[in-house]
Amino acid sequence: MKRLSSERTKLLFEKLSKYIGANVKLLIDRPDGTYCFRETKNRVYYVSEKILLLSTSVPPENLVSVGTCFGKFTKTGKFKLHITALTFLAPYAQYKIWLKPSAEQQFLYGHHVLKSGLGRITENTQKYQGVVVLSMNDLPLGFGVAAKTAAECKHTDPMSVVCFHQADIGEYIRSEDALI
Amino acid sequence: MGRKAKFSLDTKVKKGPGRKAKKQGEPEIPNHLTDGGKIEKPLSRRQKQRALKRAKKHADLAEKRKLARKSVKQQSIIKEPEVSCDSNVDSEEEFDHESTGFTDGNQSWLKPVTRKKGKQLLESDGEENHSHSEASVEGEGDQSDQEQMTLDEDEDYKVETLDDLNQNDDVESGEESNNNDECDAADSDDEVSDQQESDNNNSSNESGGIDNDDDLLPVERAAKKLRIKQKQDEKFAEEELKMNVADKDVFTFPSESEPEEPVGLQEVQRRIRDVVAVLSDFKKLRAEDRSRSEYIELLQKDLCTYYSYNRFLMERLMQLFPLSELLEFLEASEVQRPLTIRANSLKTRRRDLAQALINRGVNLDPVGKWTKVGLVIYSSAVPIGATPEYLAGHYIIQGAASLLPVMALAPQENERILDVCAAPGGKSSHIAAVMKNTGVLFANDVNEDRIKAVVGNFHRLGIVNSVISSYDGRKFSTVMKGFDRVLLDAPCSGTGVVAKDPSVKTSKDETDVTRCFTLQRQLLLEAIDCLKANSSTGGYLVYSTCSVLPEENEWVIDYALKKRDVKLVPTGLDFGTEGFTNYRHHRFHPTMKLTRRFYPHTHNMDGFFVAKLKKFSNNIREANVEKVETSDT
Repeated sequence: MKRLSSERTKLLFEKLSKYIGANVKLLIDRPDGTYCFRETKNRVYYVSEKILLLSTSVPPENLVSVGTCFGKFTKTGKFKLHITALTFLAPYAQYKIWLKPSAEQQFLYGHHVLKSGLGRITENTQKYQGVVVLSMNDLPLGFGVAAKTAAECKHTDPMSVVCFHQADIGEYIRSEDALI
Repeated sequence: MGRKAKFSLDTKVKKGPGRKAKKQGEPEIPNHLTDGGKIEKPLSRRQKQRALKRAKKHADLAEKRKLARKSVKQQSIIKEPEVSCDSNVDSEEEFDHESTGFTDGNQSWLKPVTRKKGKQLLESDGEENHSHSEASVEGEGDQSDQEQMTLDEDEDYKVETLDDLNQNDDVESGEESNNNDECDAADSDDEVSDQQESDNNNSSNESGGIDNDDDLLPVERAAKKLRIKQKQDEKFAEEELKMNVADKDVFTFPSESEPEEPVGLQEVQRRIRDVVAVLSDFKKLRAEDRSRSEYIELLQKDLCTYYSYNRFLMERLMQLFPLSELLEFLEASEVQRPLTIRANSLKTRRRDLAQALINRGVNLDPVGKWTKVGLVIYSSAVPIGATPEYLAGHYIIQGAASLLPVMALAPQENERILDVCAAPGGKSSHIAAVMKNTGVLFANDVNEDRIKAVVGNFHRLGIVNSVISSYDGRKFSTVMKGFDRVLLDAPCSGTGVVAKDPSVKTSKDETDVTRCFTLQRQLLLEAIDCLKANSSTGGYLVYSTCSVLPEENEWVIDYALKKRDVKLVPTGLDFGTEGFTNYRHHRFHPTMKLTRRFYPHTHNMDGFFVAKLKKFSNNIREANVEKVETSDT
């Protein structure tokens, strides 16, 4: 467990702000104690400092996970968000896409969202804006990137992609071993 | 669409012989072939004369005997016609002897003397059975006298006493039937024509009895027949009754050679039932020469066969349960427990979850009044482990029994809690949910592969206060001590969850159980060491297993009570059976009553054991316990 280097911190926050914007600072300044990001084996964990302190007594080779895993730094030096981060992304998300019930299953199997499956979209969503995907009854299903602006979505062909898939909760079953 | 293949009805049963299949009759074997290669030759005149003489001699002999008997019985009613008939029969007999060598049919008919005897007796007192036995004896006597009679004939005699006689009578040559008729005529009875017919129709055994009806009225004969029939019916009924009674009540112990034979499951099941019945009222129903242990042995063997357990495990279970309960337990262990889920109170409420699932076509109900988070699934239109609600972490699939240890542990907010054997994270996540994501939860499991399931479940269920580690639970105190509460859901033989994993039935033996409880003892002591004795809120440890064997439960707790300064406290579960204080030769601590056992047959959940301990100090009682331990094991 080590602190993130400054450039890695920058990478991480850039990534997070794509989805939750200015709410990033809510993750840091919390009323219930100080939370911090820590890195081990290229994985980034978000955890209360109190818990972090206690976890230091566990030998690193035996420590599997602390708090919540947000994602990992890839070998090319980029930061990749994991679906496990959804617990914190969904409540703070600024741009959202709601799926029709018929399209839920498709998305949970790892497919992009088509116009035909689009139930609702946040106004003034920009192109390539990070969005959280929800079902019509506000169940967070995953996150992705808007392929079109909200305005474009209204007039586009039903079979065209409106949101690129990045992560979905189906991964909890599909790839439990490679979750973190 | 096409025609539906009826795979279930793979063999089509023919209804009849078929249109074109012409039925071939029984093969007819010529008489000279069936006679065993005996060359038929008409008797010479001398031979005939000799036979005649012989027959006469027999008849005289028979007459003498008869007279002797009659004088004893003082009978003289229908003597006259009888004698006349006798003379007739004598001639008839002569003829019979002459025709001995011809056919089987004739041979079988060769019983005039026998008939006479039978008739006389019948006339005298109407004891059919008696006369019958008499007749057969007489017949044998005759037979021994006749030197040319072969073994075949002997057989015929025996057959003759049965119904077959009538058939044989049918095959008689015309001459003989004539002869018979003559006899009838002499008797001056008017049923000459239907003599043979009546013989045929008669279903009674007694040839003698029927034939000597000659001199009775037809009504009388009919009455006699009826009486015979009635008697037979009664006899059969009685036999049947006896057989049924034997089936029901009296269980005969199989002989030593018998159990070697493979018997059907039905047979085994019936025997199990019988033996249990015998054992339930042993004094009355036992076989005199069999001891209880023999019965128990047989029962054990049968139960092993029927439920496919190995001997070791069945023996343990038989020691554990009374017989009636044992059967219930075994039966319940065959059936899967209902699928239950736990609503994740961190993300949803049970009511909302139930509504969402009902909308997906799931048929569910609350588990019971004792829990606020359990739901039992009766049927589901969708896979319950892959609904969006499941993936979003609104619930986890978890047996009803595994809610109990956490309820017993009763975690409080802001505590530091350890789950020593956490995988796959059902109970741990329940703890975190009860703590409402406050405090710290250490979830540990030694198995690195299984710990992945814990990671997945924790993230899915939104648990953020956890530290997941993969460490040997027997050394966890080197990592950290001072927990407020510890849950030890120890690895066990799994005898309570046979329905889930039937391989337990055959794979566990003595050494496995020994290994299990050794490990459990080590884990328990270590878990107690991790506990903070003077914790303001806690200092509690919950020990649970999914085994029903006392070796892995009470005995382990008893060991810990001796080794550490801990005491049993009530688990807070208001149902479940009390733990054992006495088991075989073991005498456990009297407070063992505070532990709880759960059985598949009584509580409809997996077999489970829950004990709650409170730690009072960090003292380690080594010296004085050492001796007790050696004597114990």
